[in-house]
Amino acid sequence: MASVELRRVRKAFGRHEVVHGVDIAISDGEFVVLVGPSGCGKSTLLRMIAGLEEITAGEILIGAKVVNQVPPKARDIAMVFQNYALYPHMTVFENMAFSMKLAGRGKDETRARVDQAAKILGLGEYLERYPRQLSGGQRQRVAMGRAIVRDPQVFLFDEPLSNLDAKLRVQMRTEIKELHQRLKTTSVYVTHDQIEAMTMADKIVVMNGGNVEQTGTPLGLYDNPANLFVAGFIGSPAMNFLTGKLARNGAHRLVTLADGSQLPVPGLPLGDGHAVTLGVRPEHLVIGETGVPAEVVVVEPTGADTQVYCKVSGADVTVVSRERHTFHPGESIRVQPLAGKTYLFDADSGKRLA
Amino acid sequence: MHAPAAPLPSVERSPLSRLFDNRHFLGLLFMLPAAALLVLFLTYPLGLGVWLGFTDAKVGQPGEWIGLENYAFLVTDSVFRLSVWNTFLYTAIASVIKFALGLWLALLLNEHIPFKAFVRAIVLLPFIVPTVLSAIAFWWIYDAQFSIISWTLTRLGLINSYIDFLGEPNLARASVIAANIWRGVPFIAICLLAGLQTIPPSLYEAAAIDGATPWQKFWNVTLPMLTPIIAVVMTFSVLFTFTDFQLIWVLTRGGPINATHLMATLSFQRAIPGGSLGEGAAIATAMIPFLLSAILFSYFGLQRRRWQQGTKD
Repeated sequence: MASVELRRVRKAFGRHEVVHGVDIAISDGEFVVLVGPSGCGKSTLLRMIAGLEEITAGEILIGAKVVNQVPPKARDIAMVFQNYALYPHMTVFENMAFSMKLAGRGKDETRARVDQAAKILGLGEYLERYPRQLSGGQRQRVAMGRAIVRDPQVFLFDEPLSNLDAKLRVQMRTEIKELHQRLKTTSVYVTHDQIEAMTMADKIVVMNGGNVEQTGTPLGLYDNPANLFVAGFIGSPAMNFLTGKLARNGAHRLVTLADGSQLPVPGLPLGDGHAVTLGVRPEHLVIGETGVPAEVVVVEPTGADTQVYCKVSGADVTVVSRERHTFHPGESIRVQPLAGKTYLFDADSGKRLA
Repeated sequence: MHAPAAPLPSVERSPLSRLFDNRHFLGLLFMLPAAALLVLFLTYPLGLGVWLGFTDAKVGQPGEWIGLENYAFLVTDSVFRLSVWNTFLYTAIASVIKFALGLWLALLLNEHIPFKAFVRAIVLLPFIVPTVLSAIAFWWIYDAQFSIISWTLTRLGLINSYIDFLGEPNLARASVIAANIWRGVPFIAICLLAGLQTIPPSLYEAAAIDGATPWQKFWNVTLPMLTPIIAVVMTFSVLFTFTDFQLIWVLTRGGPINATHLMATLSFQRAIPGGSLGEGAAIATAMIPFLLSAILFSYFGLQRRRWQQGTKD
């Protein structure tokens, strides 16, 4: 096991820079998830750690050693690819044993290591099959088995679950997390799915447009997003955003929305009329007698709770309520944010104000 | 499949209209034009050729059934036996070298090179040029007096007298094989290149992480992934080479002293200029078993591997 550190890492394809100086520190045994929309540079970053892409500028350290010029096979890493990248002409056993064979390890040692990995992943009875004869989830396990057999310093996962169906994805998510708890190998996991990030990570790195937006624990990011992007990306259903201008009513600070309705906000050393974006999580909105007027669009009962989609001052707002509402589309209701559960962002820069 | 008939009030239909509603009848009917073309242009000439082989037909004379007499004669004919030997030698050497060069070229073209599309187009040129045209060019290159190879070598001071490429038996064999290779490599290279491009790059990345050297990647990933297409391409290459005619006919007409006669050229020479249609047809028919065994070898021996097959257990 080893720590991984990225220092001012940049990547350019020709003149087009896709990663703009990224710093990430991953401690020994940590499970870190790089999450962001497609094209944010997260996969490129992972491939640079693996040694499959050259590093344009900056340094990558694995176990306190700079590996910029070290070829992939000498970095002591294992990677699980999105399409699994299993060798189709080799059986499951041969796939898992390939790295051992290349390293010239003995037959008995190879057999023992593969059997052990197969046991961990429940692949014992499939060892003589070809990848074609396996289901998606089984192939996924073989890809992980191939990584485990190498007993590497670092596991790298490149969107490993995105080719699986929804149910299997949830199951494999748990399996990967369990595996990490058991092996405690440093892991870097790339995904565009924030739920995967939230459920699996010790630490999440949110990326956007080649930059790190914020780094933190899953709940840390959820409770304290540093900017509009992180606030909108983490959490499902996503945080609601209402744009307006700062105002005051005596000692109280307010936000005036486009339709003239007002919502209270914490005190701020900013002048009236400053353009801001107010963020409220769906579960922090209460439907009742007070609050801003809203027009119901759709009501979705999920059993445990009810999701009410409505329009507030022209913006789409989602409310998640434990109560069972039976509103009709077009009905007028009022929604009120819970006190102290609102976020205020600068409308121009997107930075968190309060 | 017939949909279950709806319980409509029964309507009287003529037998003809019911016939035209029959899937099997319609299927046969629609196949007729294609079948007629195949019979006319494939089965008939092939059948005629095989039949002629059992007759003593000459040009301008219909000929009579003489059974295996032609074949019995050919077995004792040293020229025919030489041509069989030549054909095997020609096919074996040319195919092996074409495969090696073609694979090498495909691997090179698969790399990121400047002007990729242009270079690939150029590589295909020998395949596009009409065989007779390239054969004439080679004839000139191999000419006893005007050969550019001899000229270059004398200028370089490597030889004193011009080489008679097509005048000495073994030299002539090597020369026609070289010309065939020049013509055949592009086909193999382009087909294998297409095969190489279907190999997912992630396999090479996985192999790189697993610790494979470039040679190990080639041996453990490229070659096994390429075997299916190699099997198909080499079957075609062997068939084309085995039945080659144009190149030899233009360059040497089978000479010197029949050293470059292939079964195809000998068959033509005996049948048309020589007038012995029956004997020529017998030589051509004698190629069929060899060609058939080449196809069967590739069909059974190099068929789809187990790993390519579906999810059958």
